[in-house]
Amino acid sequence: MYTTELQKTKAVAGTEDPDKLAAFEARVAADEFIEPKDWMPEAYRRTLTRQISQHAHSEIVGMLPEGNWITRAPSLRRKAILLAKVQDEAGHGLYLYSAAETLGTSREEMIEALHSGKAKYSTIFNYPTLTWADIGAIGWLVDGAAIMNQVPLQRTSYGPYARAMVRVCKEESFHQRQGYEIMMHLAAGTPEQKRMAQDALNRWWWPSLMMFGPPDADSPNTAQSMRWRIKRETNDELRQKFVDITVPQAEALGLSVPDPVLAWNEEKGGHDFGEIDWEEFYAVVRGEGPVAKERMKARRDAWEEGAWVREAAAAYAEKHARKAEAA
Amino acid sequence: MASLPPIDLPRGATGAGAFDALAEGGENNVLFGFLLRLGDDSLILGQRLSEWTGHAPSVEVDLSLANIALDLVGQATHFLNHAGEVEGKGRDGDALAFRRDVLDFRNCWLVEQPNGDFAQTMARQLLFSGWQKLLFQALLGSRDATVAAVAEKAVKEVTYHEELAAEWVIRLGDGTEESRRRMQDGLEWMWRFVPELFDMDPLAAFVAEHGLGADLAALRPAWDRRVRSVIEQATLRVPADQRPILGGRRGHHSEHLGHLLCTMQFLPRTYPDATW
Ligand SMILES: [Fe+2]
Ligand SMILES: [Fe+2]
Repeated sequence: MYTTELQKTKAVAGTEDPDKLAAFEARVAADEFIEPKDWMPEAYRRTLTRQISQHAHSEIVGMLPEGNWITRAPSLRRKAILLAKVQDEAGHGLYLYSAAETLGTSREEMIEALHSGKAKYSTIFNYPTLTWADIGAIGWLVDGAAIMNQVPLQRTSYGPYARAMVRVCKEESFHQRQGYEIMMHLAAGTPEQKRMAQDALNRWWWPSLMMFGPPDADSPNTAQSMRWRIKRETNDELRQKFVDITVPQAEALGLSVPDPVLAWNEEKGGHDFGEIDWEEFYAVVRGEGPVAKERMKARRDAWEEGAWVREAAAAYAEKHARKAEAA
Repeated sequence: MASLPPIDLPRGATGAGAFDALAEGGENNVLFGFLLRLGDDSLILGQRLSEWTGHAPSVEVDLSLANIALDLVGQATHFLNHAGEVEGKGRDGDALAFRRDVLDFRNCWLVEQPNGDFAQTMARQLLFSGWQKLLFQALLGSRDATVAAVAEKAVKEVTYHEELAAEWVIRLGDGTEESRRRMQDGLEWMWRFVPELFDMDPLAAFVAEHGLGADLAALRPAWDRRVRSVIEQATLRVPADQRPILGGRRGHHSEHLGHLLCTMQFLPRTYPDATW
């Protein structure tokens, strides 16, 4: 997920004032929002900064695979919808950087951390968009998975993050719908279009399931994050929900999910599904995804090539602030 | 309005064989041709701007460029759908956008110019949106109800485009030494395409006379005042005028347009029987 724990935070146990800590935990347990000026444990601040900035980076890097198709969108309507969608993602990135900044890290520092490879972003954006159907699959599956993760985060304990999620969630359902609509159109289209649609589902299915992060057994910090209401459901719970909602949607499209083990399990009231290739997941987390190098290069190039613009804007603002002062 | 009789226009502003003459086999349906000019300008610039998505100097700039592109694609959709109706041959906006080749595009040279750096993109935007704003203001009174209605919505959009571009031109011109040099270069690159915007060729003259279009030449003084004042505030020089480059309005373009169309039209061209 955009917010899956892809790095560990070092423990800073035993250094907090126990009374403050107890009061803090009581507030969180009572579902109160923590605001920027409130006292918070250092580990909470660090975990949140990492999670929110990773979420912001995911929105921004996530513009690239879809941006890859804006200039080739096959109709005026599709072009307008995709532009609007990618524009929304840029807006999500902005709200999230602002939310993270309230925890005391500047946007520049966060971007620096992304470009140096220190900060992570969702593994899903390290896969290439090969055909127009990939734009459908991303909206349907990737935005679909994002919704699953973000809806509970509207009640996350940190106020600015929760409020950012409320704004983000309003737009995500439109993203998913436009993606599914592209898939519907392709699945009902010519044989070439059906082929594109099936191939896209084949390639995006497993990476979408990986978005929810490692299995609960391998997520040692989940308990802490759940107690602090930074996370509200476990990786496996969310993944199961996603599979159960998405499989019938694939059936409605007449497409087959690339998992021979997939079957409805009456007893558990959910689907059984195959083993995820966690080795692939961890490789992608390490930066070994198929187009990870391209994604990072595109972000670094945009930043470096735009440096003179940002410097000019700062120089102009300073010049005119001085003039205004002198006047 | 669709019943307006086709008229035979002279083959071009200058004689046959001139670069700015009408492309061979070009249509003579005046209202259709007029709508293509409007729609193609917006479409091609929207396409150009969308190339920036994900690669702009900051997230804020990324947002504003995508926003402008989105407005322009919306305008193009209205104008080209209307053009298709007027033509009456069963083509809609998509057919016109995705199934025509260079000789049948009617946009000006300015909009098809490559983005270059951010300064070049903003130079193009200032010159074009400044013109489009005046044009759409004039088109509010068009006798073609669709044109007037689209202009009414679009005039607000392009006023914002122009303001945003003006702000950046001023900021970059009066920013650092590097941004100043780049901004001046951007203006120098784009300036030779200005005269085409105001060119009153026979089609432009006809639609103006019949209350459909605007007297483009009459827009020039207001445009000059505004653009010169922005360039002055940016502490830059107004580039020198040169021999006008014309031809875009009659299907004769720069080399850049063909490449832009290759990308834009790839899917409908590759899968001619598919709908999307
Ligand atoms: Fe998003
Ligand atoms: Fe989204």
